[in-house]
Amino acid sequence: MTTSGQPPERLGARSLDPHLGRYAARAAGMTASEVRALFAVASRPEVVSLAGGMPNLAALPLESLSSQIGQIIAEEGLTALQYGSAHGVPLLREQICEVMALEGVVGHPDDLVVTVGSQMALDLVTRIFCDPGDIVLAEGPSYVGALGTFASYQADVRHVAMDEHGLQPEALRAALAAAARAGRRVKFLYTIPNFNNPAGVTMAVSRRAEVLDICARHDVLVIEDNPYGLLGFDGQIYPALRSMDADNVIYLGSFSKTFASGLRVGWALAPHAVREKLVLAAESAALCAPTLNQMVVSRYLATHDWKGQIKSFQTMYRERRDALLTGLEQHMPAGCTWTRPDGGFFVWLTVPEGVDTKAMQPRAVTARVAYVPGTGFYADGFGSRQMRLSFCYPPPERISEGVRRLAGVLAQELDLLNTFGPTTSRALSGPQTPTPDTA
Amino acid sequence: MTDRWVAVLAGGLSHERDVSLRSGRRVSAALRSVGVTVEEWDADAGLLPRLRKHRPDAVVIALHGGEGENGSIQTILELLGVPYVGADADACRRAWDKPSAKAELRRAGLLTPDWVVLPQSAFRELGAQPVLDAMVERLGLPMMLKPDQSGSALGAQVVREAAQLPTAMVGSLAYSDAVLAERFIHGVEVAVTVIDGPDGPTALPAVEIAPETGVYDYTARYTAGLTTFHTPARLDPDTAAKVADLAVAAHRLLGLRDVSRTDAVVSAEGDVYFLEVNLSPGLTETSLVPMAFEAAGLSFGTTYAGLVDRAIARAIPAP
Repeated sequence: MTTSGQPPERLGARSLDPHLGRYAARAAGMTASEVRALFAVASRPEVVSLAGGMPNLAALPLESLSSQIGQIIAEEGLTALQYGSAHGVPLLREQICEVMALEGVVGHPDDLVVTVGSQMALDLVTRIFCDPGDIVLAEGPSYVGALGTFASYQADVRHVAMDEHGLQPEALRAALAAAARAGRRVKFLYTIPNFNNPAGVTMAVSRRAEVLDICARHDVLVIEDNPYGLLGFDGQIYPALRSMDADNVIYLGSFSKTFASGLRVGWALAPHAVREKLVLAAESAALCAPTLNQMVVSRYLATHDWKGQIKSFQTMYRERRDALLTGLEQHMPAGCTWTRPDGGFFVWLTVPEGVDTKAMQPRAVTARVAYVPGTGFYADGFGSRQMRLSFCYPPPERISEGVRRLAGVLAQELDLLNTFGPTTSRALSGPQTPTPDTA
Repeated sequence: MTDRWVAVLAGGLSHERDVSLRSGRRVSAALRSVGVTVEEWDADAGLLPRLRKHRPDAVVIALHGGEGENGSIQTILELLGVPYVGADADACRRAWDKPSAKAELRRAGLLTPDWVVLPQSAFRELGAQPVLDAMVERLGLPMMLKPDQSGSALGAQVVREAAQLPTAMVGSLAYSDAVLAERFIHGVEVAVTVIDGPDGPTALPAVEIAPETGVYDYTARYTAGLTTFHTPARLDPDTAAKVADLAVAAHRLLGLRDVSRTDAVVSAEGDVYFLEVNLSPGLTETSLVPMAFEAAGLSFGTTYAGLVDRAIARAIPAP
C-alpha cells in the first residue's frame, strides 16, 4: 500500500483566498505575473540590469545629511515627528517655488501641496477629476505608474503618438476629435514633456504652446509630470508647460531624481481653484506627507549646494547615456531604432518587426541582462516591439557589457523569427514592469 | 532535533528565483518553528566559501530550476561532503529533464501522454512548418507545449489551434533550447507528494487542481484564489490508489529521495497519466506540497526536520 497510513484529513475545496468574492472590479488585474517574476533575477549583481528606474544616489553627501537629520531630530524633533498639515511644511513649499522658478514657473506656495512623491500627487489629481470610464489622454508610451493610477480609478486611457520631438499636436487633435465623435468627455492630458519615461524624448519647445492651445480650446486640463526636468545633460532647462499656462496646467514635481527617492517627497502645483480639493484629497489619502522627510528636504535645499549636486548628477547620467548609445551603435542589428535622450534616465528601443520583447525576456535573463518590455507602457497592448533601457544605475562599463549581451539575445531571437516567422504577442497576466526597488 | 543547524538554499539565478525565495522563506520559518537553527543562503559565488567556513549540519535545497534541480548544487554538496535533503545528483539529472523522466516511466509500463521533443535547431534546419505539421499529425490538438527543462509552468502553454503553434514555440523556447510537445489529456489534474519514511516512500493525499481559467499557468499557481484545490482529490478509492501508486513508482524509478511531487492527470476514462516530477517542489503559500502535508496531518516543520535528520544520518558511514 502506498498511501499514508491514516485517513486523509478532508479539507475540501479551497481557493486559498477567502476574500475572493469581495474584491472591487478594479483589482481584477492584480495577479502574480510571469513577466514580473523574471525581474527578481535583475537585482543580482551577475545581471546587468537596464530595467529599473532607480536613481543613482552614490554621489549624495551622506555624512553631512546624516548629521543634519540628527540635528533636525535634536532641535525640532517634536515638530518633525508629529503630524503636519496636509498642505505641507510652509518653508518647504516656499523653497519648492524657488526650484520651479528655474523652469519659469511662477507659483504661490499656497497653491502647492506637498505629497508622498509625485506618484501621490498623480493619484490625487486622478481622484478628484476622474469618474470611472472618463477618458484620459497620455503619450504613447507613457509612465507605467501613471497607467496604474488611471487603471485604479477605472479611467479609459487613450494614447497620443510621439515622435523624436515629443507629443505630436496632430495626434492630439485626432484623439480629441475621436472622443468628441464618440460623445465622450476627455478629462485631462497627462504628459511627461521632458526626457519622457520611458521614451527618452522631449517635447519641442515650439510644440508646447500649440499643445496647450489645443487643450484649452477643447476644455481639457493638462497634467504636467516633470521629475526629470532639471536633469538635462548639457544643463539645458526647458520652459515648463505650467510657465506658459498657469490656469489650465497642474504641475507635478519630485525630489526623487534630484535628491533622494526614498524620502518620497513630491508636490502638485495647481490652479488656485483646485488647490482646496487637492488638500482635502491629500488629507483623506495620507493625512500629511511625512513631516520629518519634508524637513530633511527643506534643510538640504537651505544648506547644501543642491544645484551643484544636480550638475554632478547630470555629468554622471550623461556618461551613462553615452555608454548606452555607443553600445547600441556598435552592437544592435539592422532594423533596430532607438531614441537619443538629452536628459533623464531612459532610451526607448524598437526592435525589428516580428520580434516580441516580452517573449524574449526569459532568454535575456538567461544571458544575464534585463530590460523592461514595451507593453507595460501602454494601456492598449501596444509596445510588443519596444523595450525601455535604463542607464541611470549601472556604471558605464556594465552598460556596455549589458548592450553586448542584449545584442546576442536579439540575434538568437531573430534566428527564431527566421525559423517560425512573425508571431503574435503572447498574452500574459499581471504587471509587466518591475517593482520600484529594481535597480 | 533542536541542536541542528541548517542552511536553506534559495534564490539562485534561474527564472524561478522569485518562487524559490518564497519557498526558502516558508521552509525556513517551518524549521525554525520546531527549534531548528536556520540560515537562508543565496546560491551565488559566495556559496562555496560559506559552506566551507560555516559547514551546516545539513542543507535544504529550496532552489527551483537550473542549478538547483539539474544536479549541479547536489554535486557540489557531495564534493564538500555536506548532507542535504533531496535526490542525489544522478537522480536529479534524470528527473530534471522532462523527456528523460517520461521515457523512464514509459519503459516501466506506466502511462504518460505521447510526446515529441525537439531542439530549436531542428526547426531551423528542417523548416518549421513541416515539423509543426508532423507534430500536430502525431499529437493532435489541443497540444501541451513546455520547455524540456523548466518549472513553475514558465513557458508552458496549451495550444488549441495550429495557427497558435509558432507563437507558443517562441514562448517555450525562450526558456530552454528544446521544447517538449505532449498530447493534451483532458481530465482531472492532480499533484501527489511522496515522502520517504522508515517503510519506504509513501504517497500523501493527492491534491486536485482546478484553475479558474482551465490552465494551471504561472498566474494561476501564484495568485491566491485563481485556483481551487480539492484536498484530497475527488477521486474514487481505486483511482486514488492508482494515482498514489504512480507517484511512488515515479519516485522509485527515477531514484528520488526524501520528498518529491508528481503531477498527473486522470482522464475521463479513469486512466492515470504521468506528466512530470518535481524534485525540489514549491513550498510557497500557494504550493501543493504544504497542502498535502496538511491533508495528511503532518506538520510542515516536523516533517522537514525529519528529512534533515535522515540526510544527516545517511551521511554518517555505518560503523
